[in-house]
Amino acid sequence: MNSLLESNVIFRNVYCFWAANPGNAEQCTPVGAVAVKDGLLPGGLEWLAYVMAGLSVILLIVNVYLVFAALYTYVDRRVLAKFQGRIGPNRVGPFGILQPLADGIKLMTKEDLVPAGADRWIFNLAPVVMMSSGILVLAVLPFGKDSFVVDLNIGILYVFAITGVNTLAMFMAGLASANRYAMFGGMRAVAQLISYEIPVVLSVVGIVMMAGTMSLVGIVEAQKVPFIFVQPLAFFVFIAGSSAEMNRSPFDQVEAEGEIIAGYHTEYSGMKFGVFQAAEFGAVLITSALIATLFLKGWEGPFLPSHVWFLLKLFFFAFIFIWIRATLPRLRIDQIMAYAWKFLLPLSLINIFVVAAEVLLLGDQITDSSGVSMDLTTSDMWIMAGINVVVAIVAVIGLAKITGMDARESTKVANVTRVIKGT
Amino acid sequence: MYGLGILKGLTVTMRNFFRKPFTVQYPEERVAQHPRFRGEEFTWYEERCTGCASCAKYCPLGIIKIVTHPGGEHVSEGQEYAIDVFDIDIGRCMFCGLCVEACPYDALFMGSGFEEGQYSRKDLVITKDRLIKADKKPSTWFRPQLESQQYNSQSESPVDWENAGREPWPYHMPVRPQSAEESLEQGEETK
Amino acid sequence: MSLSEPITVNVGPQHPSTHGVFRLRVTFDGELIVDLEPVFGYLHRGSEKLAEERTYTQVITLTDRLDYVSSMINNQAYVLACEKLSEVQVPERGSYLRTIAAELQRIASHLVATGFLLNDLGALATPLMYCFREREKILDLFEMLCGARITVSYMRVGGVFQDAPEDFWPAFKTFLEEMPYYIDEYEQFLVGNEILLMRLKGGNTVSKEQALNASITGPVLRSTGFSWDLRKVDPYEIYDRFDFDIPVGEQGDNFDRFYIRLQEMRESLRILNQCFKQIAPGPVRANVPYLYRPPAGDAYGRVESPKGELGFYLVSDGGIAPYRCKIRSPSLLNLSAIKEMLVGWKLADMIVTLGSIDINMGEVDR
Repeated sequence: MNSLLESNVIFRNVYCFWAANPGNAEQCTPVGAVAVKDGLLPGGLEWLAYVMAGLSVILLIVNVYLVFAALYTYVDRRVLAKFQGRIGPNRVGPFGILQPLADGIKLMTKEDLVPAGADRWIFNLAPVVMMSSGILVLAVLPFGKDSFVVDLNIGILYVFAITGVNTLAMFMAGLASANRYAMFGGMRAVAQLISYEIPVVLSVVGIVMMAGTMSLVGIVEAQKVPFIFVQPLAFFVFIAGSSAEMNRSPFDQVEAEGEIIAGYHTEYSGMKFGVFQAAEFGAVLITSALIATLFLKGWEGPFLPSHVWFLLKLFFFAFIFIWIRATLPRLRIDQIMAYAWKFLLPLSLINIFVVAAEVLLLGDQITDSSGVSMDLTTSDMWIMAGINVVVAIVAVIGLAKITGMDARESTKVANVTRVIKGT
Repeated sequence: MYGLGILKGLTVTMRNFFRKPFTVQYPEERVAQHPRFRGEEFTWYEERCTGCASCAKYCPLGIIKIVTHPGGEHVSEGQEYAIDVFDIDIGRCMFCGLCVEACPYDALFMGSGFEEGQYSRKDLVITKDRLIKADKKPSTWFRPQLESQQYNSQSESPVDWENAGREPWPYHMPVRPQSAEESLEQGEETK
Repeated sequence: MSLSEPITVNVGPQHPSTHGVFRLRVTFDGELIVDLEPVFGYLHRGSEKLAEERTYTQVITLTDRLDYVSSMINNQAYVLACEKLSEVQVPERGSYLRTIAAELQRIASHLVATGFLLNDLGALATPLMYCFREREKILDLFEMLCGARITVSYMRVGGVFQDAPEDFWPAFKTFLEEMPYYIDEYEQFLVGNEILLMRLKGGNTVSKEQALNASITGPVLRSTGFSWDLRKVDPYEIYDRFDFDIPVGEQGDNFDRFYIRLQEMRESLRILNQCFKQIAPGPVRANVPYLYRPPAGDAYGRVESPKGELGFYLVSDGGIAPYRCKIRSPSLLNLSAIKEMLVGWKLADMIVTLGSIDINMGEVDR
């Protein structure tokens, strides 16, 4: 009980607002808490204040997440439109900022259809599962200095465990719809998402080794140098793998609209479809937040408040995802699988070996109460960065050559078409 | 190779990111429309129409309905047919302009608008009264006399029949139409 | 050998990527296509029969609606057949205007084909929007020429209906100057892209023999390495006056078909530049009466449309309407080897191949 009170500012403030009394004055005075002498609740009801504090944190986080997911649909459409030489939604409210609201109202008022042959229970459950997996991840994400619901010591493991549920939701939706296109989408989802889970998880192993902890807060604090420089290979694998995880172009096989209509959510209408969309856009936000946390020092940054820095980094990566989405065509299913197993997986393994060797050689061993850990100084990290950039370039080019992923055979454009003069 | 092509593509999209959008906000902004644009709401000058029904005859869809009776007077052509009904069903019209091309008296012009949306198909039929009352803003399609006046239906005021001009019919032929045999002989001569 | 239980899927007639109302009854083994059967006729409007009920001039409006992304060239094929029927001489300026319109339309049609191919590849709508940006300029030029953008009805038996307006020529010149830059941009954007190359190269090939046996024409035939372009082998109008090349592929795969279109846009620009230099004042329309009666007989007029050989076979009994009008539509015949192209490939390849053949349902079903 006490750990939450110590670590979480929002929780502490709400708790102390209701239940501050001389008995827990010690807990309610630490830095960051509003100075409250007496809480509103009489003594003995601290448990109620505790529950209320917990609920209000959940309410705050979930609603902020949903608002940002809605806002992101707007940003996504506007930026995408800009890339395509269009204007994008600009009718509802100033600059069209209320467009997500209008979309929401529209989806709410649409008829909610369930196909005749569908498995009703699973069909209705799938959007819930999809959405809940996104929301649960928020529990461990640090949004700013001291701003998180809980600092789990297995934070990153928890994130991957929870996001893995997405696969199940898509498969449920695909199979329960009684539609062959939806089934194609569900099958593709299972194949693709499980394949990409592996390189993504392995790419994070290097980070965990360097940080010496799985807690996301710990990882941010361990980044004396942003890990994007220290582990470019891991960054590449993570960004490629996670864009496949959230079905973004060029890996949007699962809902390839030109091929299988909308994939697993072909048969969904009304707000159920809206929930799928919100979960998908939310996934982009969560992935961007994860990348910012793991590779770009999370909330840390000079001058600006920590929350602003976090949002800036988050939207920077979100923008990059939109940019990639606006540019690239989609890969075929076998090429996607080959890319995961033949290219990203070996790369992440190379990253693990190289980082492990470096940590072993450069790090200073520290033994304390929590066990043995390796401590890396800033200069150590810069040395690692130098080595790893070279390793990354060599590994990518070499592996591409070996596996044929460099598209060498197919890039011979110059002699494809010869031009025949006249008759 | 090695993703360089992808990077090149990304630079192209980024370059376009900073370009001005090429779409326009339709009801507020409009793209310039050429005076030759073949639009809805035909311009019809009842002073000139003799009720010869050439337009009705040449319409590929047969959507022009003309009913005349002998008698009545015509301001310009002096013919003796009064027009009772002149209906154009633009619900089925495809704006090919063959009726305008067929009109021997330059009485029918293509219109210049394109916003004649109605809630019922019945209202899409342009009747004689509506044609008379309508703003006479003709398109210069197949009417070189209007085109040579630099008339622009978008910016200028309506034209009445006296100012719409007449071209010796049809303007592209030096003489009145011949029979098929004559024209074919002429074709052989030019060969 | 089947690895799992095959399932049959009706791709279309309501499907985002079948370019209209085309239906493919496909049997899949997983993602693999084991059998397929194209089903046509959802957009059949009976154009050939309707033509028998209309005068020769009125049929021009029907041809606009065959392949609605290349109306000008449909017009041209039809009026060429009519002119052969009655041996009308087209004035020189008329021929030039027709050539300008046809080559502009070829660029527009190839832009649409490229854009939608990339859309089928899953590149969202970005390349499509870029292609449509240029196509819009061409359509603006058409609006100046004939007052309409898609259903143009520009050409008449014996020429074009009217001379181009004065403001057409400066706009046309600007277009000629700007367009090469944009084609370069498409090439920079698309051709080097590894994902696009991985998807398009080597797949869904059609051999030269297969193509010839199935009467395939146009870019699909040329992609196999067979140099066959009616503008060269049977020059109609004034095409023998221009200096241009025919891009030819090597393997007959999706990429060759796509890349040939990009190259053909450049060749069309070359023709347009020469037209712009050569065109001289003069009449644009021969002395053909409005209600025109060709002598009894038959004639076959053919042009190289963006999709292939488009032909109109007209039989006249001396009346005001054709006795019989047969349309040889390239889109339909290009589809005839689709089973050979697709069986053994994956679901995603099917969509891409439909895009790279560049079918147009208005022309397939007529």
